[in-house]
Amino acid sequence: MKLKLPNLDLDDRIPSHQQLEKLEVEGAADRPKWDNKAQYLLTCVGFCVGLGNVWRFPYLCQSHGGGAFMIPFLILLVLEGIPLLHLEFAIGQRLRKGSVGVWTAIHPYLTGVGVASMLVSFLVGLYYNTIIAWVMWYFFNSFQDPLPWSHCPINANKTGLVSECARSSPVDYFWYRETLNTSTNIEDAGGLQWRLVLCLLCAWTVLYVCCVRGIETTGKAVYVTSTLPYVVLTIFLIRGLTLKGSLSGIKFLFTPNVTELTNPATWLDAGAQVFYSFSLAFGGLISFSSYNSVYNNCEQDAVVISVINGCTSVFSATVIYSIIGFRATEKYEDCMARNILDLMNAFDRPEGNITLNNYEQVLQNLASTSPLVVKSLNLKSCDMQTFLSEGVEGTGLAFIVFTEAITKMPISPLWSILFFIMLFCLGLSTMFGNTEGVIIPLQDLKIFPKNWPKEVLTGITCLISFLIALIFVQRSGNYWLALFDRFAGSIPLLIIAFCEMVAVVYLYGIDRFNKDIEFMIGHKPNMFWQATWRVISPLIMMLIFLFYFVTKVREEATYIAWDPESATFPTLANVLYPNWVYIIIFLLAGVPSLAVPYMAVFRLIRDCGRKRDHDYKTKELTTFSAKIQMSDK
Amino acid sequence: MFLHDFLHLPVRLHLTACYSLLSTRQGPQVALTPAAQARVFKYEGASGLPRGLRMSLNLVIVLCLTAVLGPTLVHTLCSGSTDANKVRLSIKTALGDEAYDWDESEMFLFKATIAFAMRKCNKKQYEVSNIQVCNATQRVSFWFVVTDPKTEDLVSGKDVEKAVRMSRNRINSAFLLTDKTLEFVNIPPTLAAPVKPATPPWLIVFGVVIGLVGAGIAAILISTFIQKKRERGGIKEREEDEEEEAGQRNGVFCTVQEGADSNINPGFIEDDPFTKL
Repeated sequence: MKLKLPNLDLDDRIPSHQQLEKLEVEGAADRPKWDNKAQYLLTCVGFCVGLGNVWRFPYLCQSHGGGAFMIPFLILLVLEGIPLLHLEFAIGQRLRKGSVGVWTAIHPYLTGVGVASMLVSFLVGLYYNTIIAWVMWYFFNSFQDPLPWSHCPINANKTGLVSECARSSPVDYFWYRETLNTSTNIEDAGGLQWRLVLCLLCAWTVLYVCCVRGIETTGKAVYVTSTLPYVVLTIFLIRGLTLKGSLSGIKFLFTPNVTELTNPATWLDAGAQVFYSFSLAFGGLISFSSYNSVYNNCEQDAVVISVINGCTSVFSATVIYSIIGFRATEKYEDCMARNILDLMNAFDRPEGNITLNNYEQVLQNLASTSPLVVKSLNLKSCDMQTFLSEGVEGTGLAFIVFTEAITKMPISPLWSILFFIMLFCLGLSTMFGNTEGVIIPLQDLKIFPKNWPKEVLTGITCLISFLIALIFVQRSGNYWLALFDRFAGSIPLLIIAFCEMVAVVYLYGIDRFNKDIEFMIGHKPNMFWQATWRVISPLIMMLIFLFYFVTKVREEATYIAWDPESATFPTLANVLYPNWVYIIIFLLAGVPSLAVPYMAVFRLIRDCGRKRDHDYKTKELTTFSAKIQMSDK
Repeated sequence: MFLHDFLHLPVRLHLTACYSLLSTRQGPQVALTPAAQARVFKYEGASGLPRGLRMSLNLVIVLCLTAVLGPTLVHTLCSGSTDANKVRLSIKTALGDEAYDWDESEMFLFKATIAFAMRKCNKKQYEVSNIQVCNATQRVSFWFVVTDPKTEDLVSGKDVEKAVRMSRNRINSAFLLTDKTLEFVNIPPTLAAPVKPATPPWLIVFGVVIGLVGAGIAAILISTFIQKKRERGGIKEREEDEEEEAGQRNGVFCTVQEGADSNINPGFIEDDPFTKL
């Protein structure tokens, strides 16, 4: 079972245990290190806990059988998340380099894995920071009462509300029109939206300030950005539980539907969520752990961070759904009140004659006695379940559903400010990891001259990212972002993670790895780690990858668009992607994935050319004087 | 009362109906059909009463008819006319526990406020009696028309609308209600233009944040620059010290203990003339 692939000269490329001991005592002069353990843990927690915990997990939980979803989630957390996390921490701590450095040290042909990590971190960072820019826009607009998304604006000749807003809702209108000013399809680029350009500039400069000296500055920033979300979530939990209808939301979330466990999509969604939620294969975690002391207990860290991540997902799901329950109850009561008013007006019943309790009865009576009148009223059917399951994932959750709920709470601006600060901190702490995953490989690949200071490096990276991210603040920017999210942040990561596991277990050698961990933390990793690293986790990764690939390929190439002219308005319309989108998809998903074999082939060709020189050099070293000491030193 | 003893039964029935109609103010009003009206006249002719009595009977019947038809005339004036307006009040929705009951005095107040609104608008001396109300329901909704104080003609719907729009706030506050809870069904409320501040508030917050960030960047870059300058100065000092020390050694019998000295080449120090060879 112990397969080991041939790997020459591994010892020359990695520091030996004695060198590590020396390094620990003397301290590496040019390598940064953490001020204390808390900084390291907070940074890793901040990187792992991101927007996905708040707006992806609750939706998955509710749509895949509520409480029953916890079972696949927890099982895959233990079998997939924790082993991969431990592996990344251990390898970073052992080889003391960023992602490109680590994989190149294990085998030069594996440089591609590090390059792929860098490309994925870069692409994901581009659109992730745009989401932060949107969050900042909403944050800036929260400092007014009433909130701008609580009412429709009045049209030009002051006779009524703007038609697009009246037909949908004030929150939809504010998101699609006043924020994004979205066009009707991805081909219609529209111009740059100057408001969002300013917010994007703000987002990238804040990121620059925090990352300018690497972990020296991010280490200080994470004290705020990693802890503030928990404070805000707790405040929202207390606020949420005191609101009417919140318990119906929580019940809706956690009501178990055990039959969902037989659906393979549930397991695969749980696996994918665990994987993406841990920010694995971005390279940031390897970097962070390489700044640790050699004897740091990475096993404990991996378990602690995984547990925190899982608990945060569940905690934030509870908070989100308590607020959603409140919103659904408010909407339901509004809907019923409107129907009751219409009935009372049509049939001249005194006030209070028709209430929520006798509504059905009275409606039936009236429908039987005067059906035409009742029909002409066009009463809408009010269903709590529909309201609870409305648009509760992704940007729709944060910018439409949650903002609507906030407008219904007393002292709305305060809750709005708190909510968007929380989202900002969650996003920013994840961006720290992304930035680390881009800049350290750039340094390792020697793309920039060595004497350039880190500030300049970070500045250039942020500037280039800002300029490219201007795609996302055009009128069609929302569609581009969805495209990036769907393809850049999914398949390449699965390939990278699979390669990582295979590289460490079979190229580096599980025996060597075990010895390293024993050297670092004092005891050999037990059977659980052996089983998961060697067999279980790679298998799960492969299954998830195959499933994802098959689904994505079979999926229709459509996207949802906001089109006021469409027949289904205000529901988003399904639009086909244009043909040139396949080139973009190839660039997003194909280029990082193909970087792995490409770099291997590139190195192979380069080494073949150099082979003669290599042999000549080794011969030179075996000389007489090299074997005998000349001086008494 | 003596009429009931002398008259034929069918007529009596119509008259009792007439009498009961006279005594009620609210409730659905039923218009007498022309056929019913004709029947009243027919029975009057066939009874064969003395002439004086017949004349007083006629008078009574005419009075009755006006009493009956009068409201019905107004009624057709009220809801049938294009100049009538429907009003709907939702007192319980607006005031909850502090809701008052809708009674005669409230109706009087309503008529008075409308008369006030008409006076404000037209500058004519409208009285409470110029406001005719009908078709009141328990919803609390009713129709009303306004008649001109001098000519008794109906005031056009447009004028009434103008007057109501002008004094809408005053009318609403007289009843502690709002535009939504005191509805004039054909008169949509004028939407208040939203207050637009000179600078959008978001721009102010943006300016503050960018200012802080800019200050942060400047602080960090300046501190980096100062640190580098200090380091460079420190290195120069250390180098100068080392050169002085090296100058004091003459190379013979000196023990090179500090291995970190990079400017002393151990290969050239002749500390041992005899090698191991």
